[in-house]
Amino acid sequence: MKRLTLSLAALMMAVAAQAQVSVKDAWVRATVPQQQATGAFMQLVSAKDAKLVEARSPVAGVVEIHEMAMVDQVMKMRAVPGLELPAGKMVELKPGGYHVMLMDLKGQVKDGDMVPLTLVVEGKDGKRQTLELKAPARPLNAAAQKDMSQGGHGAMKH
Amino acid sequence: MAYPLRALARVLAASGLLALLVLVAGCQRADEGRAVFRGLDLTGASYGRDFRLTDPEGRERTLADFKGQVVLLYFGFTQCPDVCPTALIRAAEVRQLLGAQASRLQVIFVTIDPERDLPAVLKGYTAAFDPAFLGLYGDAERTRQTAQEFKVYYKKVPTGGSYTMDHSTLSYAFDPQGRLRLALRHEQSAQDYAHDLRLLLQNL
Repeated sequence: MKRLTLSLAALMMAVAAQAQVSVKDAWVRATVPQQQATGAFMQLVSAKDAKLVEARSPVAGVVEIHEMAMVDQVMKMRAVPGLELPAGKMVELKPGGYHVMLMDLKGQVKDGDMVPLTLVVEGKDGKRQTLELKAPARPLNAAAQKDMSQGGHGAMKH
Repeated sequence: MAYPLRALARVLAASGLLALLVLVAGCQRADEGRAVFRGLDLTGASYGRDFRLTDPEGRERTLADFKGQVVLLYFGFTQCPDVCPTALIRAAEVRQLLGAQASRLQVIFVTIDPERDLPAVLKGYTAAFDPAFLGLYGDAERTRQTAQEFKVYYKKVPTGGSYTMDHSTLSYAFDPQGRLRLALRHEQSAQDYAHDLRLLLQNL
């Protein structure tokens, strides 16, 4: 009974959190055996001004929020302390921008795996909420939508 | 009196137009003679002449192994979640765009993180994008020399008890004679890449 109450409480917390911040199209790039790192991508919308401050996953030893920048044709990837989520604005974590970096992977992430992710979001009032989600792994060669818009995904012959 | 002046003006205007036509025709003719690349033309560059690296089967490879083929060379690392997959996805798309000519293109991925990119990882990684891609590696010193020869920047950056790599994202293209000809930028499309590689395949 106690267990049920607890899980109900957890469920309600998750629902409450989801009302604050919604996550769409979350996915993780699959890996090959012995590859130790990969990235998770998603779209976030927060109802109120908030900040993504932490991400966790049982599949990785270290999880960070990274920003990718191109400077003179050199790619630089850096951990950022947080990612601002302005009220009502969609913030996209996608190739060419931000991603959740999963490092020290405990095993191969296979295409189709459901990767558990925990996101910690902090509101302006300093209150933290956690969001639990499962992001499907897409093949290593899955392209982001944006990369295809330039040219011709539609025109491509398969 | 006004009449001869007007005639002169007409002659001048006509000759001006003629000069312009000659100029335009001349430009067009000059353009037909040489290929117009969308990437950066490096023809005659004094760097990027060759490499001596190892493939996942342990064989030593140099540019001479790919004579008769156009080579697209990219430097990266497998733990890269963003630009490297994007570059290799594009390279796979380029092979599709080239159709039957794709057999004359060799895509090479050189790791700048040989410490972690062991042969099996490298092989699995490149094959995940296209089984025809080739991964190459060297030891730390050979990697450094190769990057220097190709003016490729890379640097280990510690993060979260591990590390990531900063690195150049240009793709280099070699003609079938093994000469460095082009640098293509990361933000260019698969169509741009295919356009330039087709020109190299035509020996332009």
